[in-house]
Amino acid sequence: MNEAKEKPPDDSFSLALIGSGGAGVMTAGQILLDAAAEAGYFGLMTRSTGPQIRGGEAAAVLRLGVTPVGCPDDRIDLLVALDWGKAEYFSDELALDADSVVIADSAEGEPPVWVTDSGARHYAVRLSELAREHSGLRANIIAVGIVGALVGLDFECMKNTIKRRLTGKGSLLLNVIQTGLLASISETESLQCACRLAPPQPQPRWLLTGNEAVGMGALRGGVRFCAAYPITPSTEIQEWLARRLPEVGGCLVQAEDELASINMCIGASFGGVPAMTATSGPGLSLMVEALGLAVATETPLVVVDVMRGGPSTGIPTKSEQADLAIAVYGAHGDAPRLVLAPNGISDCVTTTQWAVFLAEALQCPAVVLSDQFLGQSRTAINPPKDREWHAERRRAPADIADFQRFGDSSDGVSMMGIPGTPGSEYTATGLSHKPSARPSAMPADHRLQLDKRRRKLEQFDYGDDWADIEGDGSLGLLTWGSTTQAAREAVARVCADGSAVRLVSLRLIAPLDPVRIARVLEGIDRLLVVEQSHGAQFFRYLRAVCELPPHTRSLAEPGPLPLRPGRIAAALRVLEMEQVK
Amino acid sequence: MSKEHHVKPRALAHKDYKSSYKPVWCAGCGDFGVLNALTKSLAALEIPTEQVALISGIGCSSRLPAYTRAYGFHGVHGRALPVAAGLAISRPELTVIAVGGDGDGFSIGGNHFIHACRRNANFSYLVMDNAVYGMTKGQASPTTESDWTGSKLAPQGTHQPPFQPLEMALAAGAPFIARAFSNAPNELAQIIREAIEFPGFAFVQILSPCVTFRPEQLNWKKQVHEAFTPTADKREAYLKLLDDDGIGTGILYRAPRPCFQPDNSVPQSLEAIAASFEVE
Ligand SMILES: Cc1ncc(C[n+]2csc(CCOP(=O)(O)OP(=O)(O)O)c2C)c(N)n1
Ligand code: SF4
Repeated sequence: MNEAKEKPPDDSFSLALIGSGGAGVMTAGQILLDAAAEAGYFGLMTRSTGPQIRGGEAAAVLRLGVTPVGCPDDRIDLLVALDWGKAEYFSDELALDADSVVIADSAEGEPPVWVTDSGARHYAVRLSELAREHSGLRANIIAVGIVGALVGLDFECMKNTIKRRLTGKGSLLLNVIQTGLLASISETESLQCACRLAPPQPQPRWLLTGNEAVGMGALRGGVRFCAAYPITPSTEIQEWLARRLPEVGGCLVQAEDELASINMCIGASFGGVPAMTATSGPGLSLMVEALGLAVATETPLVVVDVMRGGPSTGIPTKSEQADLAIAVYGAHGDAPRLVLAPNGISDCVTTTQWAVFLAEALQCPAVVLSDQFLGQSRTAINPPKDREWHAERRRAPADIADFQRFGDSSDGVSMMGIPGTPGSEYTATGLSHKPSARPSAMPADHRLQLDKRRRKLEQFDYGDDWADIEGDGSLGLLTWGSTTQAAREAVARVCADGSAVRLVSLRLIAPLDPVRIARVLEGIDRLLVVEQSHGAQFFRYLRAVCELPPHTRSLAEPGPLPLRPGRIAAALRVLEMEQVK
Repeated sequence: MSKEHHVKPRALAHKDYKSSYKPVWCAGCGDFGVLNALTKSLAALEIPTEQVALISGIGCSSRLPAYTRAYGFHGVHGRALPVAAGLAISRPELTVIAVGGDGDGFSIGGNHFIHACRRNANFSYLVMDNAVYGMTKGQASPTTESDWTGSKLAPQGTHQPPFQPLEMALAAGAPFIARAFSNAPNELAQIIREAIEFPGFAFVQILSPCVTFRPEQLNWKKQVHEAFTPTADKREAYLKLLDDDGIGTGILYRAPRPCFQPDNSVPQSLEAIAASFEVE
């Protein structure tokens, strides 16, 4: 699906812009990414900030490539420091080595020890001085000019993107930008570094974040109502939909809390309007009671959880994949639901669209597990196609005789009476009920509904989209969600050394089909299960549901640092050397 | 959000709005009176059964939707108001009515109550207030008197002043506020009717005795009295509440203001929205 089938970048360049919050590193990063996209490159920009809302430390980490880029690289080719203020916060995050180049404002003095110790080459460049010479410019724009020149970005593309970003700041500024950029470009002539990217192959590109991608997928699937409560890092989904839903005849309500958000969505969906809410871990915790209600009342609904570091309020601005257990099991009683995970930013569009379709078709809540890395990274990608998945609910026709809202059927899906339709009036209830919807505490009624609700999910034909399966070999790598991008690159590196690896990344996390899993794992004698959680939630979940090869290892690391391809490749190589008994 | 008007050719009698289910309520429970008055009001307004949606949380009173012939949603404890808001906002042509108890609405659902008053989506909210948790067998609710010692959970009394639903609704911005008594069928039906017809959030506190855990509430029949005539003057409404003994009935406040409704934007196709991601 989408970027999933594309090969990992073989020609990419990684850079980081760091500075104190407000210095404009995110703006500079975005300008560079946008300019690169306009020039025909692919790229990804991840954001790293501390917990404070404004101020503090900030890093824009970019990777630009001639082929699609899905994850940050292990190391940084070029580090640009607007100031060294809080640079030490990034010592864990930005790996420099003797091949790296560091550019820092000449007014800032010597780099911190972790930078000098790395052996990277350091240049002091007149960033703030040049900015002062072109009044109206700030050092971040000078940095854009320097990086653009080093990488070989087209001058016009840079100028255009800056103009677009800074519109409203007056035409006078355009001249300043032009001369400022030219000045910073001439400044680079004294720098000795080989950072040039190969020429791009221009073709149509989309530039968007994972959060925007989720919004687009929701609209394509047919969502027309959203109720949500702000929470980092999901808020941009809400903000994007607030503007876009009214354009397609829907609306968004800012609810008083997450309990209200999900219950408002249940109300809208009960009324026949496909609904979605977006939240992050703490919000999902508040929603679990209503999630069970949606299961019991068979109300379609999509809940997007943009995962962040946990437990509790954890690390709001950084990524983790540790909400898997609550997404799969969170609710009292047996409450089977759909859980899906996009495996890249482009796939956020596709998976969310699929989630809407499945939720509606199966009359069940669907939880979509995105994360901060996907949600808040911005990327240039090949435009994801509109798939043939549109909300389609089995509705009761008007004046139906003997309507049974929860009547069993061969596929376990019932007809839903939609308010406004005569003849199918009924009262939905979270109480155990009869097929007619009448509350019942009788064991047989209870069991029938439990059976039917599980069966409708397990019997459905999910087609080939439940997982992405690539490559072949007796060495296997099983992963899910955003970690897939780093895993794919790790596999490519190991395969480049002559090994054969099969990569399986799950898009459908629940229900999990043990027969299908067994089939894709056939012939694999060593398996590595990779995830970004401290408690190996994915590994344990798989072991509870499926038969895994006897020689299976878990690589589970918590956030907030992204799992890098090098870390996964190293674990694969160790596994390859192990003796299979 | 499609309009699906479907008007029945024949007039419906109030029993046509009742389902075949026999209520689980104790004989003599005040909630029977509310069910009767509600179905009477719906019949008087000639709203087709399929255009009505009754939304509730959990409690004895929240069982009411299943006893009607209409669409109904019996959800989780305290969350009737957001379900009703989601439905009313996304399907504005329906007649949406939230119903439930004082525990459901003012305790676990208290935050939603405040914000439903502020938001002013177009639906009505009928609270069957018996100043007790009936379904969990007789604990104090937010509206229980502070010296009531009848509960095993607060055997010395609650030592908290009772929650004031009308004052709270007025302060939070509800545009229609009334109190009624479940055993005064005509007045109750009339108030419910006006609440349903009111364009916006209409809140009705209905004194509805719990004969099992608060049998003394049977005396309400002798005590309730007409206390309010509708005003649109907030100051006047506040002054009335300062003299209120909690069992005066009538419409206290009626001051329509614009309903919460989604903004209209310039329509766009999905293709046009997708095109906004294209690199220029
Ligand atoms: C989350 C949750 N907490 C507690 C309960 C238990 N519970 C059920 S009904 C109820 C109180 C009902 O009181 P009220 O709303 O006044 O309605 P009444 O039964 O008096 O009509 C409680 C506490 C529940 N169902 N859900
Ligand atoms: S317990 Fe009280 S509120 Fe519940 S049905 Fe009986 S009388 Fe009515």
